[in-house]
Amino acid sequence: MNKAMWKNTEEKFGLMSKLFHWLSAITVFLMFGLGFWMVDLTYYSQWYKTAPHWHESAGVLLFIVTILRLIWRLISTQPEAIASHSLPAKQASKIAHFALYLLLFVLMTSGFLMSSADGRSIEVFNWFSVGGLGDLMENQEDLAGLIHQYTAYFLIVLSLLHGAAAVKHHLVDKDKTLSRMLK
Amino acid sequence: MKKLLLVTTLFASSALLPAFAADYKIDHEGAHASINIKASHLGFSVLTGRFNNFSGTFSYDENNISAAKIVVKVDTSSFDSNHALRDKHVRSDDFLDVAKFAQATFTSNKVTAKADGKLVINGDFTLHGVTKPMTIDAVKVGEGSDPWGGYRLGFSGTTTISMADFGFKQDYGQVDLELHIEGIRQ
Repeated sequence: MNKAMWKNTEEKFGLMSKLFHWLSAITVFLMFGLGFWMVDLTYYSQWYKTAPHWHESAGVLLFIVTILRLIWRLISTQPEAIASHSLPAKQASKIAHFALYLLLFVLMTSGFLMSSADGRSIEVFNWFSVGGLGDLMENQEDLAGLIHQYTAYFLIVLSLLHGAAAVKHHLVDKDKTLSRMLK
Repeated sequence: MKKLLLVTTLFASSALLPAFAADYKIDHEGAHASINIKASHLGFSVLTGRFNNFSGTFSYDENNISAAKIVVKVDTSSFDSNHALRDKHVRSDDFLDVAKFAQATFTSNKVTAKADGKLVINGDFTLHGVTKPMTIDAVKVGEGSDPWGGYRLGFSGTTTISMADFGFKQDYGQVDLELHIEGIRQ
């Protein structure tokens, strides 16, 4: 493995960016499925405690990964938009990418504020714990929960659109949009 | 004779007047009242919680207990069991569904004194949009002037509800309710 393969170039993404991207993508979809399923568990389910514990733990780790991802993005060369893309397509993708990051942060912040509303810290896979900020407002867990739920729906819809757009570029326009994130 | 007549008339009319019973407002501002719940945690221990916001009034006359009345309104979103995620779950549509049913109320319709001095309060309890008859076993704790110029009267009461009676999505059996109420005479 040479050092150069980790870095982005003006044409394509390096291994580091690809790892960040696909790790986030897989985590977001798994977390959505887990979250959607676990909120309806009954108290007697053996997953009632374990599922939220994993969800919260993975959320904290994803937050750390996303911070590192943004730092990497800041210090890296960003591949240029593919020349054959129309100007509206370029602008739309810029806005969509920004919105994906924004929704991700709103999602992680609201999840954290919900779980730590009473000042309880979040145990990350019993490995380390993150202290809560406590109650910043009345019934914080209810409001944060509502925001968490709807942000998750928005993020999943936007992620699917983002994926569909990449597939469209690959199959219809036959350009490198998808392949430069894959290989 | 005239004087005697006057005294008798006054006495007779005053005995008939319901205003003889004093009206009290529950002192929830000073938090000298609480509504607590007790539920079984899987049969291992007793879980306690409470409702932080409620209001109510009652009227009570030691000499005419059957005329006593009490009304209590509880803000269901104020449920607090010292665990944010549990409180969120209890407030959700699995249980209290506070977005839809923001208030629970108890209105008495009959108060009787038992031989041992304890009280039985019958009334209607509305929770989760369902109204059921409820019987509260109560006892008067104390009555008299407070040090700040007011007049106070307090009771304690207990009752038990079955979650199944109130149409919750999830049912974990019986829940004990415990009321400690202090009223300030109006």
